Amino acid sequence: MSEKSKSAPDFIDALQKSRQQQSFGEYIENYINRVKSGDIGSLPIIIGLIVIALIFQSQNANYLTPRNLVNLIVQASIFTTIGYGIVLVLLLGEIDLSAGYTAGVSAVIVGRLLERPLDLSSFGIADPVIVPWFVAMGVALLVTLLIGLLQGSIISGFQLPSFIVTLAGQLAWSGVVLLMMGGAGTVNIRNETVLGVTRSFFPPAWGWLLGFLLVATLALNEFLSYRSRAKMGLSTKPPQAIILQMVILSAVTFAFIAVANQDRGVPFIGLIVLLMMAVLTYVATQTRFGRYIFAVGGNKEAARRAGIRVEAIRIRVFMLCSLMAGFGGIILASRLGSVAPDAGGGQLLLNSIAAPVIGGTSLYGGSGKVSSAFFGALVIASVDNGMFLLGLGAGQRLILTAIVLIVAVVVDAVARRRQQASGRR
Amino acid sequence: MSGQPILELRGVSKRFGAVQALTNVDFRAIPGEVMALVGDNGAGKSTLIKGVAGIYPFDEGEVYFEGRRVTIHNPREASALGIEVVYQDLALADNLDVVANMFLGREQVSRVGRLSELEMEEACIRTLSGLSVTTLRSVRLPVAALSGGQRQSIAVAKAVMWNSKVVILDEPTAALGVAQTRQVLDLVRRLADSGLAVVLISHNLHDIFEVSDRITVLRLGYLVREMVVKETDYESVVREMTAGQLNRVPGMRDHE
Repeated sequence: MSEKSKSAPDFIDALQKSRQQQSFGEYIENYINRVKSGDIGSLPIIIGLIVIALIFQSQNANYLTPRNLVNLIVQASIFTTIGYGIVLVLLLGEIDLSAGYTAGVSAVIVGRLLERPLDLSSFGIADPVIVPWFVAMGVALLVTLLIGLLQGSIISGFQLPSFIVTLAGQLAWSGVVLLMMGGAGTVNIRNETVLGVTRSFFPPAWGWLLGFLLVATLALNEFLSYRSRAKMGLSTKPPQAIILQMVILSAVTFAFIAVANQDRGVPFIGLIVLLMMAVLTYVATQTRFGRYIFAVGGNKEAARRAGIRVEAIRIRVFMLCSLMAGFGGIILASRLGSVAPDAGGGQLLLNSIAAPVIGGTSLYGGSGKVSSAFFGALVIASVDNGMFLLGLGAGQRLILTAIVLIVAVVVDAVARRRQQASGRR
Repeated sequence: MSGQPILELRGVSKRFGAVQALTNVDFRAIPGEVMALVGDNGAGKSTLIKGVAGIYPFDEGEVYFEGRRVTIHNPREASALGIEVVYQDLALADNLDVVANMFLGREQVSRVGRLSELEMEEACIRTLSGLSVTTLRSVRLPVAALSGGQRQSIAVAKAVMWNSKVVILDEPTAALGVAQTRQVLDLVRRLADSGLAVVLISHNLHDIFEVSDRITVLRLGYLVREMVVKETDYESVVREMTAGQLNRVPGMRDHE
């Protein structure tokens, strides 16, 4: 466009107005309107967590104890990690049903490489090869990456539904787990580093420091964004809203640290889970790759016409999802302290998919957040943990978890309908 | 008012299997003018613009852009020349906001590869204001939240944001109400007034007479004629569309 200044210079219109700063009152009003129109964000999760805590605490005084809260974080870390990968696949509008056993493959590789050295006598190497922990983890992650590449290439190359291909993958990788265990029953893991992944805790002072760093980083981020937006004359959040958010964030963070410090301290894995969330959120929202994931999930044809290499994006997302499952497998092996022929089975996959869905990521693609896996996993772990404390049997626990999942999906569906009714998708 | 055409097709033909979709058609687009492309269903309008957009090549004929002979192999090459097409289905991602859609596939990034959101938002607001697309509450709304007219305007703005010289609009007002049609037609006129060559495909003669300078009438894959809007009227255009004299009998092979 060459001449852009032809329009009347002095009109004040909606677009110009959008560049001015909102007042705090307007901001709150807008927020309430957004919620009313179905853009509920993380509200149901927060309310859900509070309700769950109140119910279980009234039934069993052991629920809201420091020890149990720390356990809950560690417990949730496995399907939070796998769930992060699932979020990305869901954003594409696809699914990965093999993620559970992909995690299993990773766990078994780590266990076998560390504790049952490979017998390479047929290759002329007499002594069993003992590898250090980082090699074992590296191999496990590399293999999961290849699993993702294989599945992604099949899905993309033959234009098949990911549902079917990863269902086949689920069977195949559970078979691989069995073969790799080779009838060994259970292999115990004694490697300190691997066990330490879920069994290390920060000393109290470190906990406080980390909490402070977290809050300071987020506050700095908000401040810098506010400043550069204001400098460019773009609309800004009212400072009061930023301060309110930061106050709530610090309150939650420091309350958690205070409680965790009464037990063993802030778990190391908690920090890892937050770091993974930060990195993946950055990738999803601040890079071209992330933008293209949303674009492909929202309108594949539009993405293709915009020159985006849709199939390359899809394959990379499946690889990333399997890689996250690989990390999940390492955490699984660490938490259980052993690997068995059923590694990666059971409820692992369902929890990993349910977590982002409960957290608000759409099953239909194009809408969701990496953090949804974290919050959804907290809900699942809270319910699971609470029911365990109440001494409910496996049957009741499964049914109750199902109810939580259905409630979450219903809330999402109702919100979506309201958004449609009010013209927001 | 007639300047040199920026885009000119000479004698283009296109055949799909047994169907001769275009036969020996001439067409041109002139900077600063709106060229309407009309014809009944099956006249070859879509075939013509898809050839220009690089979706598929013409079988015969020549394409000239800024006086040079060019061959457009794919949509990317068309964009590189400065030819943008806004298709009927708009090709917007509903879940992304206005800024993300405007820059889709051409995002600005910093040295470390981080999306330059602020710069893009600024450029987006500037472009939309420049086109007087000003009914938006915010450029951070998802496209799904916009009205039909706003979506059309965004699709058009997206097309002209990249120093394009020729903008082809495929039925831009087909799904719109009265007020929104007004909005989009005004935008079409402004594009031409700012020096672009605009090609407008439409079934709605009322719209065409309102904003176009010239009309090219196709019928059954043949060029009937090019007309100057000021020198013609509804009836003659309809007559040409439905019963226009063709040089040759449709369906017959050329025997030259």
